Formats: sequence, C-alpha cells, structure tokens
Amino acid sequence: MSTENTMPSEGMPLGPPPLPDSWLNMTGEEKRQYLIGSWSSIEGKPFQSPEIAEKYKQRTRRWLDAVALKEPDQVPILFLPQYFVLENARCKPVDGFYDQEKAAAALYKFHQEYDCDYSAGGVLPSGRALDLLKYKVIRWPGSALSTRLSDDVQFQYVEDEYMKADEYQQLIDNSDGYLLRKFFPRAFEGLNGLEMLPSPYHVLQAVGIPSFFMPFAKGSPLRNAFETLFKAADQIAADMSPMLKTSMRILSHIGAPGVVGSVTFAPFDLIGDTMRGTIGVMLDMFRRPDDLVRACEALLPISVQVAVEMAMVSRNPFVLIPLHKGADGFMSEEQFLKFYWPTFRKQLLGLIEAGLIPVPFVEGCYNNRLDIIAESGLPAGKTIWLFDKIDMKAAKEKFGGFACIGGNVPASLFYSGTPQMIEDYCKELMDIAASGGGFILSPGAAIDQAKPENVRAFLNFK
Amino acid sequence: MQELVNAMVDMQENRVMELTKQYLGEGKEGIEILKAYQEAMSIVGKRFEEQSYFIPELIMSGEMMKKGAEIIKPFMDNRESVDTKKKCGKFLLATVKGDIHDIGKNIVAMMMNLSGFEVLDLGVDVPEEKIFVEAQAFGADIIGLSGLLTLAFDPMKRVVDMLKEKGVRDNYKVIIGGAQLDRLVCDSVGADAFATDVISGVNQCKEWTGIN
Repeated sequence: MSTENTMPSEGMPLGPPPLPDSWLNMTGEEKRQYLIGSWSSIEGKPFQSPEIAEKYKQRTRRWLDAVALKEPDQVPILFLPQYFVLENARCKPVDGFYDQEKAAAALYKFHQEYDCDYSAGGVLPSGRALDLLKYKVIRWPGSALSTRLSDDVQFQYVEDEYMKADEYQQLIDNSDGYLLRKFFPRAFEGLNGLEMLPSPYHVLQAVGIPSFFMPFAKGSPLRNAFETLFKAADQIAADMSPMLKTSMRILSHIGAPGVVGSVTFAPFDLIGDTMRGTIGVMLDMFRRPDDLVRACEALLPISVQVAVEMAMVSRNPFVLIPLHKGADGFMSEEQFLKFYWPTFRKQLLGLIEAGLIPVPFVEGCYNNRLDIIAESGLPAGKTIWLFDKIDMKAAKEKFGGFACIGGNVPASLFYSGTPQMIEDYCKELMDIAASGGGFILSPGAAIDQAKPENVRAFLNFK
Repeated sequence: MQELVNAMVDMQENRVMELTKQYLGEGKEGIEILKAYQEAMSIVGKRFEEQSYFIPELIMSGEMMKKGAEIIKPFMDNRESVDTKKKCGKFLLATVKGDIHDIGKNIVAMMMNLSGFEVLDLGVDVPEEKIFVEAQAFGADIIGLSGLLTLAFDPMKRVVDMLKEKGVRDNYKVIIGGAQLDRLVCDSVGADAFATDVISGVNQCKEWTGIN
C-alpha cells in the first residue's frame, strides 16, 4: 500500500498526509469513517473564504446524509457534464485532448457560472501522449494518426478483439504478464517491443540475470518501447498539470466537493469492453463459458486493488464503477447471475471491506436486476447507485433501506426539452424517490449536448 | 429440417454446423438449409420480442448464419439465392456523421435482411449529403439512422432537414435508432419513428411496408 506523494486527485491538497499507524489493523468501517472524515473535513484545505468552507461543509454533509439513507437538508443535486463543459466555453472536443489549459479554464468557467454543488468531471487523456503511443483502442479528435476524428467529435472506442479467444488461459495464469506482453502491444502500437518483455523469474537465480537484462540492449524493440513509454509519461504529466491546478481551484474558490475518488470496472466489463470486445464476450458466453467465468475471477482482486490504491492518494472514499455489459437487454437474468453478478458482487464487498463506498454508474436499464441486487446481502447504506434508465418507483421500493439511489433524468431532456419540462420531470422524480432520504437528483448519463437554460433549471431545482 | 431449426434456436452452434454438413452430404439443397436458418431466426426474433432472448442470442445466431452460409456456399448454384425474395422494401441504413458505433446497426441490417428487405448499409460516420444521394440512387423506402451518442441528434436532424429542403421528405419514412433516443428527440429530429431496440425498429419498418 503506497502512501507516497503521487499525483493528487480531485479535491485534495497536493500530497496526502500519512495514514494513521493503526491503518492496517483498522476494520473496513473504521477505514471508511477515516476517509469520510478526510474528505469532508475543511481542516487543512485552502478555501478562499470561510463562506466557501461553509459551502463545502454543507455539501459534504448533504451527500453523506443521502448515502447513509438519512434525510438531508435538501436533496443533493449532482450534475454530470462531459462535453457540455467545452461547449459552454465555446471550445471543441479537440481542445480536451490538445489544449489542456483551455480545457481546464473551460471547466473552471463552468463551475463559476453554474456553481454546481459537486464536481465529478473526468479528465481526457493527453492527445499528444496517445499519438506517441500510437493508441488504437479509441479514435479521437485532432489525432496525428490516420484514425483521427474531426475536431468537433468526441472520442469513441474501436471495437476489436484486443484479446484473442484462445488466450483466456494465459490471462488466467498471469494477468499482469499477459496484459504487458499481449494487450499493451495491441493497444499501443508504439509499445510493440513489450512483446519481448522477459519473465521476471529469470532473476530468481543469479545465473538468470543476463537473460532478463539483455533484451533491453540499445536499439532493441524492448528498449525503444520503454523510451516511448517514458516520453509518454512525461507528456501525460505535463498535460495533467492544468487540470490538477483547476481541480484545486474548484475546491478552494467554489467549494465543490469531488465525488469521485477512484474508478474501477466490474471484472466482466474489463473483459468485455476492451479485451474481448462486445461481440467477442457475448459469443464467449456460449462458446467458452467456463473460461469467461474463471477470467472474471482472476481479474477480481486487481479490480478492487486499483481502486484502493487510487483512494489512498485521493483520500476520497467514493469509487465510481461505470457498469456496461450487464444491463437489461444485454444479457438474460440467467446470464447475469452466471457471468456478471458473482464477481461484481464480490468486488463491491471487497471495496466496502477496504473502507470505500462503491458508486455504480449503471448504464442502460437495470429494471430486471433490482431484486437481485437488493436481496444480495450487500451491507446497507454503503453504496450509491446512479441509474441511467430505471423505473424509479421500483428502485425506491426495492432499495429503500438498502442503498442511496439517483439518476434517471434523461440526457435527451437537456438537449430537446425546456426548463419547464426539466422542472416537471424533476418534480415527478422527487415525489417518487426523495422522501425519507437516500436520493440524489442526477442525470442518467454524462451530458454533452444541452441547452444552458435547461442545465440551470436542473441545478436550481428545489 | 426441424432438428436444425431447433439446434439454431437453442444456440447449439456445433450441432448446427454438424447438421448443415450432414444434410449437404445427404444431397439436400443448400437453399432449403438457408430457409431453415431463416425459420430459426424468425423464432429467435420472436423470443427477443418476448424478452426471453437478448442481444447475445441475436449475435450468436448471426454468427451461426454466417458460418453456415460459408459451408453451404460451395454447394449453391450461382443462380440460387434466398435473396431473390427481397420484395418487401428497400432499407438504407447508416450511422450518422460523428458517430462510429455499429454493433446495433449491424444487427438491424441482419434482421432487416432476414425479414426480406433489400438493405444498403452505408457504414459509420456518414455525412448527411451522402445519405441523401445514396437514398435517392437506391430508391430507398425507409431511411434508418443509427447513433449511440447524443452528438448524433443534430446530424440526424440535418438528414431530415435536407430531405425537406430537397422536396423529397414525403418519399421516405425515417426511423432513428439508438439507446438515448425517445419521443422528444424523435419529434425534435423530425423522424417518423424511433427505436431503442432492434426488433421494435424492424417491426415498425414491416408495418410501414405492409408486411405481416
């Protein structure tokens, strides 16, 4: 477990303080209370004024009350802007990748103008670094590669089998080694040389040491891959800097708590998103079901560990888990119970045990999954479920007393609706779901195209 | 060929290929086997509508069709084609400009094909001018516009606006497809219908062209 002064995350001063000496012996609940305390405390945070500090305090209290299924002073309103932030500042999607100063200024402008209670923005990867790496898994605007999209288009995934169907056993036997030697070279053409990465086991005996180090000789593909990797790392550090500074300003000048301290994905989605791809993983459910189940199990520990490591830096207990392939329509209940749910459930328990608060961001519709989740024995008041499309009445009934819920305000309403329609929709949603607490008002998806007046109507809703 | 139909409906890939080869070995006509595939797909489609089958079953059955068709191809007379049954209408399909998602679109193309439509799939990231020009040249009855992202809404609207400007809007039915769509977006875009799942989209198209 690292407590080193690494890159700070949203909402935190540079460099987290040391963890208490008793950390390793603390229970999950004690760790959670510590992280909640770190996140919500105004001590040591550089607020511009006592008024801003007070706003931060009220906002974190409100959020925590909702999570704990208590009735807060008012329903927390979480807006999830994605490309809307850039549009609001008359920037284009390409700026998110190639003009990080502009993109960071756009984010700050957005928070200044709209005074959102919470900050949940993600950071786009450095376009220049992706160019160096010759990244193939997405296409993005402004790229130097032939796969470039035009400047006003957002990045999109290139579906492919970056992991081949007959490679499951390799992943299961040694997932780190497999990813480094097979996935990396396919995802990053500039890191092709990693195929030659020798096994660390050579060094277990002194006589094996040359076998490990010789492939790194000058001019070798492996050496070139590492040199590209270092250049990309430097580029990423440089390009992250404006956004990190802006995150600090959003904290200190706006008082908006960041509600994402770490991110992870369900094991099935790790395999289905960018390894086997959508088509590949769906066919695998029929063609190699046992391999798929075992691969999900193999990825479970690291899917918890990455979130824990990020949270140790951010000192923010909330773990965003975007859910993709387990939605209604994407698989039957039987397939969900066999392939998706078991390792996802264990992941949630693992995160809770580690002192974190999972926030599944449930993309698609989960009406057919509510009973399974609510009756699964997950501890109450330890998760937040933000739904894309859901029968909110059913969600309130089934998750009442179990978990905080939110979401369901459609992205299309922000685009094609009116402020009155936004207000009417939110009122109806609040009437259904807000009473007794445990509810967050939020869109069902990250917002790209939206009319500013609709965004204001949403944020000002009472 | 009931056993073949059942095997395909039950997603028994190996059994489907086995039976296909067996029937060909017995001298059965390739075209009859393809018709059995179509019968199976029709049942799969119904189960999807009834929500006992989902996207994975559509994908798996599409794969079986593709693999089976490859096995049958060498045995088919060049003149023979199940495609000669395409009298139901002409369906032009594209993912609109700025959006490169195609999985849903490809499933729609497959199901429309199987339903007897002649399908022209223009692929992804297709500008509105190209959609217009190709629809005119193809003589499409229905234009299907696919888009997963909200950034697809404006390009969809531009296609419909272009049809209006050229005075040909009434020559086409326009259906838009994608997860983020709803009645509000449909009306804003000016489409005739929207679909958030494959089968309801296909059924709407069948209704327009009068197929049962």
